[in-house]
Amino acid sequence: MPGPMKIRATAEAGYTDIRVLMSHPMETGLRKGPDGKLVPAHFIQNVTVKVNGKTVVEGQISQAISRNPVFAFRVKGGNKGDKVEISWTDNKGEHNQTETAVA
Amino acid sequence: MRRVSSRALLAGAALTVAASLVHADDTRKEIEKYQRMTAESSPVELWEMEGADLWKQKRGPHNVSLERCDLGMGPGVLKGAYAHLPRYFKDTGRVQDLESRLVTCMTTLQGFSEQEATKRVFGNADKPSDMEYLAAYVAGKSRGVKMQVSTKDPKEKAAYEMGKALFFYRAGPWDFSCASCHGHEGKRIRMQELPVLSSPKGARGTYTTWPGYRVSVSQLKTMQWRLNDCFRQQRFPEPKYASDATIALTMYMAVNANGATYRGPGTKR
Repeated sequence: MPGPMKIRATAEAGYTDIRVLMSHPMETGLRKGPDGKLVPAHFIQNVTVKVNGKTVVEGQISQAISRNPVFAFRVKGGNKGDKVEISWTDNKGEHNQTETAVA
Repeated sequence: MRRVSSRALLAGAALTVAASLVHADDTRKEIEKYQRMTAESSPVELWEMEGADLWKQKRGPHNVSLERCDLGMGPGVLKGAYAHLPRYFKDTGRVQDLESRLVTCMTTLQGFSEQEATKRVFGNADKPSDMEYLAAYVAGKSRGVKMQVSTKDPKEKAAYEMGKALFFYRAGPWDFSCASCHGHEGKRIRMQELPVLSSPKGARGTYTTWPGYRVSVSQLKTMQWRLNDCFRQQRFPEPKYASDATIALTMYMAVNANGATYRGPGTKR
């Protein structure tokens, strides 16, 4: 079960700042657990940011990103009330998404 | 990255320190910069969100939520509660910090036994504890509130004095006290500057950012955990969770921090 996400989008003059917080273990696959065995890799692979349904960021990320990652994006334009959707998919096929209106 | 729009800036978990600097002053500046960056958008918010859900959840043998829990400002009042803790509670007849008071609410309201309520108070990165979620949530409700911990009640005064005595009490195989590390200006442990918790300046800066999210271990750490770990580092026996001794030490630091604005839950290295 993917954990919660938190999103915030604020319109500034000419651009919109988007911040998103994701809860995810982001296991590299290289770490050993208390039992001495490798903890299987489990990390977010794809992140998509959409504004009013239009994809503005599509990113592939890797194990190099920390647990519970925070991302910040600055998108050109944007108005108050615009719908921002962010979704991710990890290497196990789990996914989660959240949305907010630009404030 | 497959495709990134021209103006989109991807600042993915920028939690790295440029540690190549030689001079202590530069190092300190870099650490401060790092602390600002991590505090800007911290996963601590995830703990607060989970805590808010947990607070409203009907749980325990009585199947009730914690929404009627009295943290000193009246039943269910959270705003500013943490900035006034620890304090004396008439119903239990003792001075209590946030965590011991939450245990009280879990036992009296929800019907858990004390043993059940304190069974798993320190979680890990894969599975944080309920207490950590709740502590983050309640403490977050005091953000921006001035620390105002009272010592008017004789029991509060006594807790403060006991905390002070414990702070300077040297013992254990290494003959350590809290003051050995936190009683003098300019002490460091590895790269970390150690605050002087017996002075208002040190206590204000530190106490007002606990509980805190530790980036290095991806966990939220509570004040009870912090004290427990300080005792471990001093090679003392492990203190009992929410014991009078740990509450007294919390009281001592909280009173020293009085007057400062609470800024937590914070983000730690």
